[in-house]
Amino acid sequence: MNNLVKNIVRFCLFILVQVFVLDQIPPLHQLVTPYIYFLFILWLPFKMGRRMQMLVAFALGFVLDCFANSYGMHAAACVLIAYLRPFLINLLISQEGADSNYNEPSIQSMGFTPYLTYVTILTFIHHTFLYFLQALQTGGYFYFFLKSLISTAISLLLILLIELLFPRKQRFRTNTI
Amino acid sequence: MRNIFLFIRIYFTFIFFLFLMGVSFYMIFSYNRYHHAVYSKTANEITGNINKRYNSVQYYFQLKRTNDSLVKANEALYNRLREDFEIPDTVNKAAIDTMNFDSTHKTRKYLYMEAKVIHNSVNLLNNYIELHRGKLQGVEPDMGVIGLNNAVVGTVIDVSNNYAVVMSLLHEQSNLSARLKRGGETGIVSYDGKTPGILYLKDITKSAKIHAGDTVVTSGFSDKFPGGLPVGYVKDIINDKSSSTYTVRVTPAADFEKLQFVYIINNLQKEEPEKLLEKVKSK
Repeated sequence: MNNLVKNIVRFCLFILVQVFVLDQIPPLHQLVTPYIYFLFILWLPFKMGRRMQMLVAFALGFVLDCFANSYGMHAAACVLIAYLRPFLINLLISQEGADSNYNEPSIQSMGFTPYLTYVTILTFIHHTFLYFLQALQTGGYFYFFLKSLISTAISLLLILLIELLFPRKQRFRTNTI
Repeated sequence: MRNIFLFIRIYFTFIFFLFLMGVSFYMIFSYNRYHHAVYSKTANEITGNINKRYNSVQYYFQLKRTNDSLVKANEALYNRLREDFEIPDTVNKAAIDTMNFDSTHKTRKYLYMEAKVIHNSVNLLNNYIELHRGKLQGVEPDMGVIGLNNAVVGTVIDVSNNYAVVMSLLHEQSNLSARLKRGGETGIVSYDGKTPGILYLKDITKSAKIHAGDTVVTSGFSDKFPGGLPVGYVKDIINDKSSSTYTVRVTPAADFEKLQFVYIINNLQKEEPEKLLEKVKSK
């Protein structure tokens, strides 16, 4: 499938799953709110321009904000992880130019441990920033810290399940830089 | 000058990042202050439309529950019929004051409008409910919303042409004037966003006698709700020795998770007292 079409379909699917499945779950516990929609940003192609990544992330966050009536919160958190993403990829990919071998970050293209580190760090940053913005309005900083830790754990579990259930087959593109 | 351009070119990505962050922060703070950002109107129509489609599917799974609750509401109304009450003494004829049934609607204060719930959240910090009824169907901001058995649900905060957004009682900025049904002490009902499904009734004098299970009702002081609608039931008291008032934990009367239909309350006599109050304040 064409890269653009694939990403548009993903965009819609992630928004729908987040809004109509994960936000509808009766509260498991007062501290747990699972988010997975930002996985869309983590799966964007390596070759995409940095400004384009941020713009797409902003759009994703804004659409979710429209559904949740929390204008700006998810958008801010998404832009932040889209900005930090290239730095992390540069750090975690071992060889020079390895990011042109495959199309997008996955277990297959990065290796299990680097990919897990990449997902964990960005998930944690996303959740912490999101709950920090909420805590700015409500106070309760201890509560905010606990909430971001537990939610990160639950979201990571969900992301792991998604990776196992829907393995993304990636074509090896080239070896040359 | 050349250095400035060079600086901008090198740090353009970072500047773009700051710009997008600025836009987000502007949205966060402006939306909460005014509720009337330009984009929320169009966004309401679009998300409302998608929510409506999803709800029309999901609605079928809840038909049984909706039916049960309607039967209950019907039973409560049957028990209020005039025919159910008979005075044994035939000398005293029960007279009905026809003034109450005045057809020019001069004495009517509250008008109820039904609305379908198309989107609903309960587990977020600030919860909103979306209704499929908007400005064209007579909904305005600041109208009260009640659910089954008249339990208070929230307040309309934003309307577009065909949809309305309701701030649920489970919202940090919701403040509702309420009173204990047994003793009549008034206080403010609010939500702290930390424990789901628990409301706080504040500013109750320490002389009040409170029992677990007591009903908390609307006070009738606000212009959104008539008095006596159930808000919740007392769970327990937080006894703060440093304060001169009680804070009471309250479980809400409305079942927020299962809302299907709600009633919007239109106060037809809202303007006159408002004008009077303004006149007094301006003196």
